[in-house]
Amino acid sequence: MDLNAGPEYKSFREKVVTFLKENSHMAGKGRTPVRPNQDELEWQKKLIENGYAARTIPSEYGGFGAESDVLKSRIIAEEFSQSSIPMGMANQGISMLVPTLLELGTDEQKKSWISKTISGEVIWCQGYSEPGSGSDLASLQTKAIIDGDDFIINGQKIWTSGAQISDMMFCLVRTEPDEPKHKGISYLLIDMKTPGIEVRPLMTMTGHAEFNEVFFTDVRVPKSQIVGKRGEGWYVANATLTHERGMLGDPNQSATRLKEIIDLMQQETVNGEKLIDNPVYLDRLMRLQARVLSMSFNSLRLLTASHKKLDAKMAKLIVKLNSCQLNQDLAGFAIDLLGELGTIYGKSNHDHGSGKWQWKYMFDLGLIIGGGTAQIQKNIISEAGLGMPREPKPMAEGKK
Amino acid sequence: MEFALSEEQEILSESVRKMLEDNIDIDLLRNHSKGDDVIRGNIRQLVVEMGLPGILIPEEFGGSGLGVLEAALIAEEFGRYAVPTPWIGNSVMAPIALLYEKGNSLSEKWLPLIASGEITACVSLTEAVGKRSNAGLSSKDSKVTGTAIFGLDGELNPRIIITVLEDNLILIDTEKPGVTISEIPTIDSTRPVVEVVFDSVDFEIIPGGKDAIQKTIGVGRVLLAADILGASANMISNAVEYSLERKQFNRVIGSFQAVKHMCAEMAADLEPCKSLLWYAAYAQDNIREEAALLSCHVKAHLSEVGQDTARTSTQVFGGMGFTDLLGMHYWFKRIGLSRQILGGPEKVRQEAARLQGFLS
Repeated sequence: MDLNAGPEYKSFREKVVTFLKENSHMAGKGRTPVRPNQDELEWQKKLIENGYAARTIPSEYGGFGAESDVLKSRIIAEEFSQSSIPMGMANQGISMLVPTLLELGTDEQKKSWISKTISGEVIWCQGYSEPGSGSDLASLQTKAIIDGDDFIINGQKIWTSGAQISDMMFCLVRTEPDEPKHKGISYLLIDMKTPGIEVRPLMTMTGHAEFNEVFFTDVRVPKSQIVGKRGEGWYVANATLTHERGMLGDPNQSATRLKEIIDLMQQETVNGEKLIDNPVYLDRLMRLQARVLSMSFNSLRLLTASHKKLDAKMAKLIVKLNSCQLNQDLAGFAIDLLGELGTIYGKSNHDHGSGKWQWKYMFDLGLIIGGGTAQIQKNIISEAGLGMPREPKPMAEGKK
Repeated sequence: MEFALSEEQEILSESVRKMLEDNIDIDLLRNHSKGDDVIRGNIRQLVVEMGLPGILIPEEFGGSGLGVLEAALIAEEFGRYAVPTPWIGNSVMAPIALLYEKGNSLSEKWLPLIASGEITACVSLTEAVGKRSNAGLSSKDSKVTGTAIFGLDGELNPRIIITVLEDNLILIDTEKPGVTISEIPTIDSTRPVVEVVFDSVDFEIIPGGKDAIQKTIGVGRVLLAADILGASANMISNAVEYSLERKQFNRVIGSFQAVKHMCAEMAADLEPCKSLLWYAAYAQDNIREEAALLSCHVKAHLSEVGQDTARTSTQVFGGMGFTDLLGMHYWFKRIGLSRQILGGPEKVRQEAARLQGFLS
């Protein structure tokens, strides 16, 4: 354990702070799937130029091209979080597709897509889940058959966030129907403007359509748009699922929420008493603070492990499960603090930003379910982490 | 920056674990719980031979001069094996108290004796954490009278008692007349706690005032948390191991998701505690402004996680967990004691809030 940052890091932190002071007026609000406008594209460009976004992406692909330095990444994340400024653009293309292409894409694919993706010029959606294939993702049925130089795709995807604003989709399709389920899948890059693709918004419990269903009818995709080989899509996708679970487990998000809650408690009064002076609420706050601290130290541990190229094992396996639940518990606490006002969900004179917490509280439930349900996470933790066996397959239906 | 244990720290952990693995088992805990003095002496001997009582004591006083993190790693192993021998009071809190102000005559006199294992020190700070109406000390004519309760590490005829009188830590030499030590029966037989009655006894003030009290309590809390971490980890690994042997419905019970998910939840709750503990222990020596807050958080959080782990892992064993045969209850009870010593979770969280200026 050595948490001392050398002088190099001190001055690096100062540099970040100065940058934020001078430029934060340009920052967007970090909105969820809305296509970036011109200002936001400018901001992203500025962040990349200064090394605060796409930091370790090689410069030949439009990134900043810095050496991986966990402490610097950490400093950037901390300072952005401290000033409540969203880190550069975060979307599935940047956090999931780009790392996958860097690892498994052809030169051609890297050159075509990485730069445009990190700049925000090309927006991606993810086509994994299907109505019949959720936790059992590998059972997916969307079919791709070869016809000349193309694949022809038929089927349906669901839970596709941002499909309505996306240019491209990275998608799992079944190309080898006769192979075992994990070995019959391929990973394709699909232009969303291709004829035969229909996007229908999927209204959720939040009252918004954060997700979509996407229907494919005889959609033609050039054979060159495959990442990895035919039948290797499952392994390609697993490379990105790891990245998604990392993205859903960003500890700075919890720290930012905690900070907002403390601000709320210091401002809001009920019966003339500030919420922060109520010992019962304070006890809940302290419980949550300990969890936030634990997860943020856990992430420091992961950073060090990844820097040393060590497998952090259990410390890594638990991140998605814990962080999503922690975030929702934070939102739930904020609602309780607001009491009746916490139920407001729409424009009102009495609103104290409570609609925001209600939305988070509901949307987080979606995140607990999505990206590998909490139950699937527990299977992974017990199997990969604790060495417990897989649940045996039930006997075929009809057999007794 | 490196958020990981160093190679030396890993080696220290492993060597302590190996020594305990070779020497401590359920039968020993069982015999110890019957008050077997030979066993107490033998385990103490092992710990002294490894030089562990001097871990925090500077080399000039015969110790190895290591830090709170190293002491916490040892505490974690002691928790894992439910080691029934003085540790947190004698080898950690007493040296921390005596070292708070450098160059005092008390440390020169007593630290070499603690380091060499010639004496043990018992520490009771209950008075500074939660005053009780039928305990507490007062002084008259430079002599102390009263009762100090929940003294840690007082089971081996301690030569010195460190406790609290008003705003100071004081030290009492038990060879002076008027000191009576008796064990308080608690759930946890692996760590006897004592009551010390003083009847007009000579005492000396340990320099450092309130700050020394707070620092000693803070480090004590980190160490108790470390003990809970080790004890909980042991309960989980034993539960998992048992679930892979025990069969029902022609399957090992560890293949049922109901059981797997209990184990996964315990592991998911416990794993981040390790990082919290490392940070909190490191802060005691290196990040002064965060030390007290982190000691509160790590103590409260591990108390909660430890309690859940103790309950859930016992359930994984089913009826066997409830019996005395497997002996898992020694850890269940050890966690139960650690939770309350030096402040239960609510008390400690209140302090965490106050330290951040939230409670006036």
